[in-house]
Amino acid sequence: MEPAVASSGPVVELDDAVAVLGRFPALAGVTMTVERGEIVLLRGPNGAGKTTLLRLCAGLLPLARGSGSVVGCDLRTQRDAIRSRVGLLGHSNGLYHDLTVRENVQFWGATVGASTDEIQSSLERMGLAARLADVAVGRLSAGQKRRTALACLVARRAQLWLLDEPHAGLDAAGRDELDRTLHAAVAAGATVMVASHELERAGGLATRIVDVVGGQAGVPRPDSDGGPT
Amino acid sequence: MASSSASGSTATNSSTTGRTRGAGTGTTFTRWLGIVTIALMAAVVLFGLVLSPADVVQGESVRILYVHVGTVWVAYLAFIVTAVSSGAYLWRRTHSLTWDRIAGASAEIGVLFMAVTLLTGSLWGRLSWGTFWVWDARVTTTAFLFITYVGYLAVRGLGGSHEQRARRSAVVALLAVIEIPLVHFSVKLWRSVHQDASVAGRTTDVTLDGLMLFTLVLATVAFTLLYVWYVLHRQRVMAMEDALDDKGLDLALAERRREAQDATSTTGEVTN
Amino acid sequence: MATGATSIWATARLVAAKDLRVERRSRVVVNQVLPFAALVMVLFAFALDADAVLERTAPGLVWLGTIFSLLIVVQRSFAIETADGALDALRVAGVSPPGIFLGKSIALAVQLFVLEVLLVLLAIVLYESELDAAGAVLLVTTLVPATTGLAFVGTLYGGLAAGTRGRETLLPLLLFPVVAPVLIGATRATEAALGAGGAATDEGWPWVGMLVIFAALFGVGGTLAFGPLVEE
Repeated sequence: MEPAVASSGPVVELDDAVAVLGRFPALAGVTMTVERGEIVLLRGPNGAGKTTLLRLCAGLLPLARGSGSVVGCDLRTQRDAIRSRVGLLGHSNGLYHDLTVRENVQFWGATVGASTDEIQSSLERMGLAARLADVAVGRLSAGQKRRTALACLVARRAQLWLLDEPHAGLDAAGRDELDRTLHAAVAAGATVMVASHELERAGGLATRIVDVVGGQAGVPRPDSDGGPT
Repeated sequence: MASSSASGSTATNSSTTGRTRGAGTGTTFTRWLGIVTIALMAAVVLFGLVLSPADVVQGESVRILYVHVGTVWVAYLAFIVTAVSSGAYLWRRTHSLTWDRIAGASAEIGVLFMAVTLLTGSLWGRLSWGTFWVWDARVTTTAFLFITYVGYLAVRGLGGSHEQRARRSAVVALLAVIEIPLVHFSVKLWRSVHQDASVAGRTTDVTLDGLMLFTLVLATVAFTLLYVWYVLHRQRVMAMEDALDDKGLDLALAERRREAQDATSTTGEVTN
Repeated sequence: MATGATSIWATARLVAAKDLRVERRSRVVVNQVLPFAALVMVLFAFALDADAVLERTAPGLVWLGTIFSLLIVVQRSFAIETADGALDALRVAGVSPPGIFLGKSIALAVQLFVLEVLLVLLAIVLYESELDAAGAVLLVTTLVPATTGLAFVGTLYGGLAAGTRGRETLLPLLLFPVVAPVLIGATRATEAALGAGGAATDEGWPWVGMLVIFAALFGVGGTLAFGPLVEE
């Protein structure tokens, strides 16, 4: 709706959004709003459409039907503008396995013009600054790779963080660092959407829970009214 | 699938008769066009094989040219139409998928006609020059055009949304516009360096008398009409296929939504 | 736009440096593609048994070896991006597609150049080709635009095929027809440079012009087309 970059309105606004994977409607009409500063937990069974919803919000997938905007940019016409403002941690980490942890974070930080200090502090925040920094990513454990991917995300300074099962593979310390990182990001003005099965962990973190089932999003707590369908 | 008949709104408005086929891809215009094309084709057979004389130099083999020239003209026309439609798809703010379908339909038929061209050309070459193939710039470019558009059709078949298919294939078609002249130019330059006794030396000039020229023109017109007829139908079939995909999406959406209702009716709400 | 708007050239440098660093660490091209290309040259010698034939066809064999290797290097270049979803990550990071295109092309060109130099040396050693000073100048001048052109089309169609079903077979179908002018032009120019088949050195220069035109057209075309091709 609003054409220009509006920092005041909702960060995510979807109206009956449909997204298609091949011929399959992974999202079958999602209507939801996320306000600035929220940490929204998306929960639901496998195949419910959580990942697709995050990828749609990242501007990676075209909107098949419906309308929507993310960080004030239209999902149909301004996907390029959306992408540079959001950060996505998907199933894959998006890392180069032949490069070291530091080189990966440097590369992804450099794509948005992050300074050396910012890159260093991202590494420190995820506990990667010391021993692991100069190890090739291919040699890391799954959890360490996840940390590296999170450090890349921190270095990207996104306005909207989209995290797909971020706790998976992380040890207790890593989870604590992740939670602190997300709180710090929100305190700095970012907004977070997390898809997770680990409700104990993510539920404590979230300011709101949205159920995703059958490619649709509903609101579990009957604050005002139930599902709009 | 067959529940409601109001599927592709673009294709079903063939108001007139249409025999037992119901909503087909024919319109009054294309039916007349088809009849005229068939009549012209019959005339081409008559003139090409019976009424026109054999060539003084080439003998009966000149009759191949009536098909060869007709198809090569159509093949090149088809690829020009594909390129222009691809440009129109990318250029216009309207962004109509119709352009994409025309481009695709035209390329499919172009590939078919190009195959006929290469086949008839090499047969004729064998009879006239004693060889199936010459490394002439025109011949080589034609072969490359054929392969390039086979690749184009492969790109069209990659899947994805209709828009993705259209955008990707349109870009590939326009890249072919850069490629083909370069192929032509490089082969030409290459062969001009090697001035061995190739095509240039031999007398392949056909002296066409009036009736032969008439047959050639007749064949070209007939093949062109056949092309137009094919493209109109194929493009409508493609529109229907796309509409069917959309229809399938509606059904899949309904099914997906039912999934959500089933799930919410069975699970007890657990709030934090 | 606003968020640290890195220019196309800065992006290109970043991506090229990243790709070359990946190669320096993994050494896939050095350890696998170069031996493959050398092996192809030896296989050509087995197939075309006579010395005279080899000496005459050496330039063509060099470029055939290059084009077969190009296929592998391009596939490797995009395997790096798709192995762990980095291509998606690049898109989400809002990295400009023209920047990615130019960066990957530069990295590809550097690797191809090394490969071609090796193949030319092999031709001189194995096929008894000869190279004089004027020929060397022509040869180097040929290598630059030919390599650039190959890198551009390789990146362009490699990006299109990346992440699609059947990319291993689609890529050669799309790529080989397009590189035909480079094969013709670079082979003729190399023939002139090596004096293969009695070609004079100055016969090569028109071909260099053609190669420059090829590289320029696909450089511009690829910069414009890469974004739409990789977009979903």
